[in-house]
Amino acid sequence: MHIDIDEIAKTFGGTTALLPVSLNIPSGALVALLGPSGSGKTTLLRILGGLEFPTSGRVLFNGQDATGLTVQERRAGFVFQSYALFRHMTVFDNIAYGLRARPRGQRPNKAEITRRVTKLLDLIQLPDIAGRYPTQLSGGQRQRVALARALAIEPRMLLLDEPFGALDAKVRKELRQGLRDIHDETGLTTVFVTHDQDEAMELADLVVVMSMGRIEQIGKPGDIRAKPATEFVRDFISA
Amino acid sequence: MSDTTLPTFRAATEEAPFLRIALIGIAVAGLAVLVFAPLAVVFGEALREGWLAAVESLGHRDARSAIWLTLTITAIAVPLNAAFGIAAAWFITKFDFRGKAFLITLIDLPFSVSPVVAGLCIVLLFGANSAIGGWMVAQGWPIVFAIPGIVLATVFVTFPFVARELIPVMIEQGRAEEEAALTLGASGWRTFRTVTLPNIRWALLYGTLLCTARAMGEFGAVAVVSGKIRGQTATMPITIEMLYNEYLSVAAFSMAALLTALALVTLLLKTLLELRHADQLAAIRRH
Ligand SMILES: Nc1ncnc2c1ncn2[C@@H]1O[C@H](COP(=O)(O)OP(=O)(O)OP(=O)(O)O)[C@@H](O)[C@H]1O
Ligand SMILES: [Mg+2]
Repeated sequence: MHIDIDEIAKTFGGTTALLPVSLNIPSGALVALLGPSGSGKTTLLRILGGLEFPTSGRVLFNGQDATGLTVQERRAGFVFQSYALFRHMTVFDNIAYGLRARPRGQRPNKAEITRRVTKLLDLIQLPDIAGRYPTQLSGGQRQRVALARALAIEPRMLLLDEPFGALDAKVRKELRQGLRDIHDETGLTTVFVTHDQDEAMELADLVVVMSMGRIEQIGKPGDIRAKPATEFVRDFISA
Repeated sequence: MSDTTLPTFRAATEEAPFLRIALIGIAVAGLAVLVFAPLAVVFGEALREGWLAAVESLGHRDARSAIWLTLTITAIAVPLNAAFGIAAAWFITKFDFRGKAFLITLIDLPFSVSPVVAGLCIVLLFGANSAIGGWMVAQGWPIVFAIPGIVLATVFVTFPFVARELIPVMIEQGRAEEEAALTLGASGWRTFRTVTLPNIRWALLYGTLLCTARAMGEFGAVAVVSGKIRGQTATMPITIEMLYNEYLSVAAFSMAALLTALALVTLLLKTLLELRHADQLAAIRRH
């Protein structure tokens, strides 16, 4: 699914989080929103997912206006910064949550749910943890369970807010590749937020550099490195 | 912590031995004087003339009516306050709006206002001389000196218990899990039922039990609005006071013992539930 962001702006009370920004995301792309703290990355991601509504502007999915769609109708697989796993449910129930929440007619039966959850656990390479609670997992395992939970709803796109933010360097590297693999396998349009330029450059097809609610540059990692569009981008990527 | 330090050193949070013994002593003595002694006295006085006399006094028509009334009032007031408390806590913790601090203060109001004053306010607002009260009396549904007034007074006095237990828990948990449920396609109601409620259930249980104990025991506000009509609007605490003033001490203390026992049952229930779900509880708290 391709996503068009058309002059989206957002203010919270007095603070401006996003000036009008526009961005076209081709279908199947893996896009990084890169920028320093407070630059509006999370806000933009949440607007895509329907968790926040823009003050002005439009969002289009496959060319159709999706600005008014509710968060449920968006069907975006969202991975939260702190994972937001349901702490009182096992890993199995966490991943099955979205399937069980479907309207009765579209809800898979028990055997089918089990089959799909098992398949997702294989995909994230954690086949044996179905019965555990989130507190019994490492940070990296939690991150992967959150990803599996988001994938379970057969999302139209994948949105990740600093998916590797809370992890140590070694695990980050492993999971980076894991995300790339899953992206390539599912072909989902994927947007992830990061303030780590290495992560953005290494992983993404398209990097969007943001600062103070503005998009400074959109481009392939190589192009941004070779031709930084503004002073800010030059400083930020050489830091 | 202490096993890695030399015996001569203490952890920063550890007190000197004599101080520790003194503090424990004070705590135990305080509990004995303030909690156990009154309990023992209540049950002792109730049983002074034997089981039979105590049970017989509780079987009296007015006593039965008081017990029934208190249980009814509690059964109405507690669910109402559980619902109000959840709604208030939800509203305060999940939305940003102006005047939030003021609203939180408002929730505490029943704790700071004297119950007697609260009762008087209800009489002024809903008494036969007020517009609403007069109309209700004309419809044959008086509020003051009747059950609706007692419910109102009890709901007011016990309002903060559930909300105050829930607010810190819900603030601490934030909105992320609920948002996650919504992105997974769950409706608002489903999210509340499957994510919010399970996460707050211990605080809710605790608040509800405190609310129950307090609702059964409320005296001041109910004394004002009930009119203390024997056999009709006299609740257990009010009956206890009336019996005591009439020097019917066995009857008064038997009812007091029963009221105490009801409160103890709620505490026992809470403890049992906690024991039964200990592992789950630990998993949630460690998060
Ligand atoms: N709910 C909110 N209420 C008020 N202001 C907000 C809210 N959410 C974000 N903001 C403000 O909007 C601006 C952009 O925030 P945002 O969370 O999008 O930044 P970010 O790029 O994700 O930063 P970080 O890397 O620190 O997560 C900030 O100035 C922030 O203070
Ligand atoms: Mg952010």
